[in-house]
Amino acid sequence: MALDQSFVGRSYPPTAPYEVGREKIREFAEAIGDTHPAYTDPKAAEELGHPDVIAPPTFVFAITFKAAGAVVEDPRLGLDYSRVVHGDQRFAYTRPVRAGDRLTVTSTIESIKSLAGNDVLDVRGEVHDENGEHVVTAWTKLVARAPEDEPAPEQGE
Amino acid sequence: MAAKIAYADVEVGTELPARSFPVTRATLVRYAGASGDFNPIHWNERFAREVGLPDVIAHGMFTMAEAARVVTDWVGDPGALVEYGVRFTKPVVVPDDDKGATIEVAGKVAAKLDDEERTVRVDLVVTSAGRKVLGMSRAVVRLA
Repeated sequence: MALDQSFVGRSYPPTAPYEVGREKIREFAEAIGDTHPAYTDPKAAEELGHPDVIAPPTFVFAITFKAAGAVVEDPRLGLDYSRVVHGDQRFAYTRPVRAGDRLTVTSTIESIKSLAGNDVLDVRGEVHDENGEHVVTAWTKLVARAPEDEPAPEQGE
Repeated sequence: MAAKIAYADVEVGTELPARSFPVTRATLVRYAGASGDFNPIHWNERFAREVGLPDVIAHGMFTMAEAARVVTDWVGDPGALVEYGVRFTKPVVVPDDDKGATIEVAGKVAAKLDDEERTVRVDLVVTSAGRKVLGMSRAVVRLA
C-alpha cells in the first residue's frame, strides 16, 4: 500500500518536444466554448502583444499530464493507477503557451504522503520552450483511494 | 500583455461578472477529443456507475477551464494570468438529457498583491446543482 518514499525529489528526463499547433489550440478553445479571439486569430493575439495565437490557460495540462503519466506508471513506485483521481491542479505562468512552441516537460515527484489510507502524490511539471526558456509550471496532486474506501471518487481525470 | 482592467480601478471586494456554463454529454465527448482525456467515467454511464459514481461526470479540467473564463474575459487578455489553481472537491454530474448540467462561476478580488507588478488575487466560487465543485479556486492576474 505504502509508496516508495525514495521517489520523493526524483526527476525524470525532459520529454520529447510537443509542437503546439494553431488548429489544436482552436479545437481546444472550441471544446471549452471559449470564443476569445486571441486563441484563433493571429491578428487579435498580436494586438495583445503575443507573436502568435495563444492557448487557453489549461491547454498545457494535456502535455504535463502525459509527462506525469510516465512517472506515476513507473512500476517501481507502486501506485495503483486504476484508483487515482485528480485532487488539485495549479499553474504558474511566465508567459502563455502559443502556436509554434516546441515544449518539453521535466517532471519531478515533490511529495508522497499517506492520508487516511489514501496515497497522495504531488508531481511538478516544468515546461520550457525550444530556447530553454520557462513557460509554465504545473503542479498536479493525484490521490489513490484506499481499496476499502466506498467507491465514490470525487473527480476523475 | 494588455489587460483592459486597470489596477488602480479595482479594490478588494470588486466583483467579476458572474457566468454560467452549460455542459451536456456532447460537450464532454468534444472535450475528451480535444484534451485527449478518454477516461470512460466522462462518457460511459455503465462504467461510471460500476465505479460508484451516480452518473457520468464532467472532466475536472473542463470545469477548471470554464471557471478560468470568468477571469480571462474580465481582464481581456488571457496572457495576463500569472497563476491559477483549484481543488476538485465534488464532481459535476451530467445526466443524459438535452439540458445536461450547469457550472456557475462567481469571482471577486480578494487581495491586491503587488503595486509594482499590478497583480491581484481573484477568488472564484464554482458550483453545480447548488454544490461547490471546486475549492481553493484562485487566480493571480496582472492588470493594466
